[in-house]
Amino acid sequence: MAAISRDDVAHLAKLARVEMTPDELDHMATELEDILGAVKRVQEVATAEIAPTSHPLAMTNIFREDVVRPSLTNEEALSGAPAKAEDRFKVPQILGEE
Amino acid sequence: MTLDYAGATTKYEPTLGLEVHVELNTKSKMFCGCATEFGAEPNTQTCPVCLGLPGALPVVNAKAIESSILIGLALNCSIAPYSRFARKNYFYPDMPKNFQTSQFDEPICVNGYLDVEIQTDEGQKVFRVEIERVHMEEDTGKSLHVGGATGRIHGAEYSLLDYNRAGIPLVEIVTRIVPGTGKYAPQVARAYVTELRDILRSLGVSDVKMEQGSLRCDANVSLAPIGSGKLGTRSETKNVNSLRSVERAVSGEIERQANRLEAGERIIQETRHFLEESGQTRPGRSKEQAEDYRYFPEPDLVPVTPDAKWIEELGTRIPEKPSVRRKRLQTQWNCPDKEMESLVNAELLDVVEETIKLGAEPTRARTWWLGEISRLANEKEVAPTSLITSKDVAEIIALIVGGDLTDKLARQVVEGVISGEGSASSVIEKRGLKVVSDDSALMTAIEAAIAAQPDTAERIRGGNIPAAGALIGAVMKATGGAADAAKVRELLLKHLGRG
Ligand SMILES: [Zn+2]
Repeated sequence: MAAISRDDVAHLAKLARVEMTPDELDHMATELEDILGAVKRVQEVATAEIAPTSHPLAMTNIFREDVVRPSLTNEEALSGAPAKAEDRFKVPQILGEE
Repeated sequence: MTLDYAGATTKYEPTLGLEVHVELNTKSKMFCGCATEFGAEPNTQTCPVCLGLPGALPVVNAKAIESSILIGLALNCSIAPYSRFARKNYFYPDMPKNFQTSQFDEPICVNGYLDVEIQTDEGQKVFRVEIERVHMEEDTGKSLHVGGATGRIHGAEYSLLDYNRAGIPLVEIVTRIVPGTGKYAPQVARAYVTELRDILRSLGVSDVKMEQGSLRCDANVSLAPIGSGKLGTRSETKNVNSLRSVERAVSGEIERQANRLEAGERIIQETRHFLEESGQTRPGRSKEQAEDYRYFPEPDLVPVTPDAKWIEELGTRIPEKPSVRRKRLQTQWNCPDKEMESLVNAELLDVVEETIKLGAEPTRARTWWLGEISRLANEKEVAPTSLITSKDVAEIIALIVGGDLTDKLARQVVEGVISGEGSASSVIEKRGLKVVSDDSALMTAIEAAIAAQPDTAERIRGGNIPAAGALIGAVMKATGGAADAAKVRELLLKHLGRG
């Protein structure tokens, strides 16, 4: 039984705004299946004594003081934008959302 | 037949849930050093971190953590010994990173409550609003939709993004469902947001300006037939940006849902938008399912583990709850309800308290701040507290009480201070505004008045005491208002054998 169905891949593709052909969906479903299999093997190794980790280093409480530092200029900020207008980033119309 | 509000709440039991977003007033953003100032030129407060450029590394603002813990403590929450940030993934141009850094299953504060008091048919009643969580996240950028007639998304040709606001620290305060409010749901919602706003203000962690969006409220409402013991499907109303709107949005939703249910229709779980003009709501985008956000722990940020000593130290900084303080001050000052309300609405409580602490008599302190000073502030369209200090007001009041200033002179002193002539004492000095209390100087003026109006003086001698008013007036005029009218009256009557 597949842990990842073709529908799951289609749903994720939609959420990630990635366009995929039917062939690609089939292919990706199999590939993700393999990846999950590999993860599963790692899970077998993990024991109760090892806490799940989200960071490679066992650090906590890395903070900075609340001090303002210089920002980019408007020109710098917009320099990589594909489109701009009125000192702002210009993006295509957003449909179906408010 | 349509149900009105009374009809709706006779048949259905509303259940409330409130999510409040508050922008913290830190100087810099949540994860970078960009400034947070409101109203700056577009895209002048951004950097690689808040623009989500590749390779940028976020670092948490310590002040934002501190403010979040203060909020949690003030709301009777437990502070999590271990909490983490998570990525909330979604594609929408208001977040240039394509995810919002937030907290998911490990928020910084949990399990609190806030008691709010409202007026019911049976008198004052306290409702406990339980707080499920307080978590940290970051604000989004601002979009401008161009091409549509209304500035709304539908019909817009393109959108323009300003990321100055993206990354400003935001704290979300989420209640558990509030059952059992019955028809008072709208008032409970309003009282909760009001109380919360006052607490946040007293903590000094936010500007809490609903109209500028630094405090925003989403109201969840569901209905179930009374006595069914069930929970209905909820809607979430956004865009509620005043205290009055909170109340109207909740009552509007109760009415709308009741009428749908009456018509045999289902309530759809959805996000709705509050319309300020009509007090109604209209549907927004349908809510994405939580799992669609694909939350996962933020790998660029390390866990937050505030130590007990820090939390304890922050605990000592939680001020008295504003509603409790109001009651205490009202009793201490023996202040009528109406006047107390005016002081609160005009945000003059702090300054009046300071003025009284500096020795001013409570009634006079209230009257000066609410009266003359507020009037002048209104004319200039500024806050009364920006015009004059509590120290100057206390000094002026002390001089009035001591008989050195009349009310009229005091108003001139206030005016002098406001127009920048210096402190109260230097204005008095420069303008020579002290009451003429020297009896001989007053007598000269009194004799001159009698000489000018001998007939009036004769009538007073004959027992017509009210006629003294004309002479007192003349003396006051001659001394430029710098005399104490009661004193003049006393000397005058004595001089005319009627003292
Ligand atoms: Zn930045």
